[in-house]
Amino acid sequence: MKIHSIDYVIAGRLQRRRRWMLVTALLAALACCLCVAVLLLGNTFYPLPVVISVLMGEEIKGATFAIETIRLPRMLAGLFAGFAFGIAGYVFQTILRNPLANPNVIGITSGSSAAAVYCIIVLQSSKAVISIASVAAGLVTVVVIYMLARVGGNTFSIGRLVLVGIGIQAMCNSIVTYLLLIGKEHDLPAAIRWITGSLNGVKLDELPVLMISSFILVPLIYILGRPLMMLELGEQMATTLGVRTDLTRVLLIVSAVFLVAIATSITGPIASIALLSGPIANRLVGAGNSNSIAAGLVGANIVLAADLIGQFAFTTKYPAGIITAIIGAPYLLLLLIQMNRRGDF
Amino acid sequence: MGSTSMERGTYLPKHFIAVLVVSLVLLMLCILASIMFGARPLSLQEVIEGLMQNPDSSAASIIQKRVLRTIFCLCCGIALGISGALMQSVTRNPIADPSILGVNTGAALFVVCGMVFFQISTANQYIWFALAGSVITSVFVFGIGSMGRGGATPLKLVLAGAATTAALSSLTTAIMIPRSYVMDQFRFWQVGSVGAGTWNSLTTFIPFLVVGVIVALISAPALNALALGDEVATGLGVKTGLLRFFAAFAGVILCGATTAVAGPIGFIGLLATHVIRLIVGSDQRWLIPLSAISGAVILTISDVLGRIIGRPGELEVGVLTAFIGAPILIILAMKAKVRSL
Repeated sequence: MKIHSIDYVIAGRLQRRRRWMLVTALLAALACCLCVAVLLLGNTFYPLPVVISVLMGEEIKGATFAIETIRLPRMLAGLFAGFAFGIAGYVFQTILRNPLANPNVIGITSGSSAAAVYCIIVLQSSKAVISIASVAAGLVTVVVIYMLARVGGNTFSIGRLVLVGIGIQAMCNSIVTYLLLIGKEHDLPAAIRWITGSLNGVKLDELPVLMISSFILVPLIYILGRPLMMLELGEQMATTLGVRTDLTRVLLIVSAVFLVAIATSITGPIASIALLSGPIANRLVGAGNSNSIAAGLVGANIVLAADLIGQFAFTTKYPAGIITAIIGAPYLLLLLIQMNRRGDF
Repeated sequence: MGSTSMERGTYLPKHFIAVLVVSLVLLMLCILASIMFGARPLSLQEVIEGLMQNPDSSAASIIQKRVLRTIFCLCCGIALGISGALMQSVTRNPIADPSILGVNTGAALFVVCGMVFFQISTANQYIWFALAGSVITSVFVFGIGSMGRGGATPLKLVLAGAATTAALSSLTTAIMIPRSYVMDQFRFWQVGSVGAGTWNSLTTFIPFLVVGVIVALISAPALNALALGDEVATGLGVKTGLLRFFAAFAGVILCGATTAVAGPIGFIGLLATHVIRLIVGSDQRWLIPLSAISGAVILTISDVLGRIIGRPGELEVGVLTAFIGAPILIILAMKAKVRSL
């Protein structure tokens, strides 16, 4: 009987493992398709062989410019930034154990945006400085919000964190609005990126920072996925299971914040990705797994799809952030209604 | 014992006279400062001369503009102060403020829709769109925020407001992006400034202000009863549903009208009401008028500061009020008990 139930547990685990792999593979495949679509589609359609030969380094009149200067950076930015927002959202939601917790609420993106816009419009600084400043500002914002939310009471409360976050966001947003106002007309399209988030006008030389940090931080988050799952069981349980809770939490949060801040410094705050990816990944994969990679892939898929929709579905081109915001806002409202009904607050 | 109850009826809060005097003096100073400071500062003497004699001097024309701006600023401040006080007492919620509840964004969305689909361009037309937007948004936010156990707690309302703000502002941007002319018009309106006021927009605004103020003052005693809870208020003969409706309506009208003429200016309601409540307590009969004065003072100070900091241009007042007001929100959040969040 005992052996039988152990078999049962092992079988269940294998089944979950298989589902995890299947879903992750499917998501990755979908992301690849979307990436290819971003490369193929545009003002002029280029067939796959042309795209491949351009990517191999061949010079083809027109195609080389369109693909290498416009579509490739766009695709890479969508892929990596989407992944970063998705995985970071998942980490925050899991650590804080609240579906509302996401980098926007916690104020990282608003801090990063404000710093980036300041660097662009006032200091006219270089790309590297912009990245560093927005990452630093994102980190500072998180620390400030966390400290302020902590000072208030002995116990940590997500409600207080949200309220403080909204306050800080109001300040950062007012800086952005003001800077946009004093900014020059020709800076406006770039500026809109800082309100809505968009893949328009991303340049290839902006991307290495995001790509390198993704290659370092994503594996780290993945490795910490197991302790993170144990953290979900509660502080005491995790400690009993041998997790160094504080270290794990700090490492995870710092990595997530870094990823979000760097991604924000390139694409601007693309709304709702962090909010949507975690729950979607959890729904697809099911509980009992660390879904960080899946969440990242979901994020990348949403951003790429939103970008394609924004480019081609309407007569005017919309930035990806608008599309995701319009998808995400009703979900957020539904989530609130659900939480209110359950009496979570 | 009849005399005791009489005394109780006319009881003034401890510091009322002092607060009234201080705030009126502050108001005077603000008005003076608002006329004196700007791209070209005027001396006191120049102000007096410009007002009294010599209507043709360069100082006089500057003064004319600044007087208009100051009056405009005072009206907006009064409206926002009262609006904050009303919303807080109707929702029995210390964090209620038009900007936090998303009412401003609702007004903004409707104004943009008006600009785009109905080609509106004057304050006269803005105001109706803004009012419709504010009313619909506030009903929506309050509806979502008051679902579930415990009614409309501060956190639920704020979250509902934040989510609605996100939804509406992305819609606004989506409508604007293909139409750059609207975007240019809108980005100056969006930041919230009292500098764009004209006599025309002022005359459009004043009727709404008057109606709002009168409704607020009439409903103040009954709002005191409401603060004791719905059952007690009903027991005291207050028609709670009707009262809520009128008070909320006045609050929304005041804020919507202000948003229409000046753009979204946040946090004044929160700031003004909390400063006053800290000093004189929460008796609505004194809280509402004093909030009006302190709203006007705070908005005028912010405007003057904005003109000094941003010289020779201006730092729009909406930016400054966010900076002064957001810390108050944070302090309130820090002070609040976890349970009551």
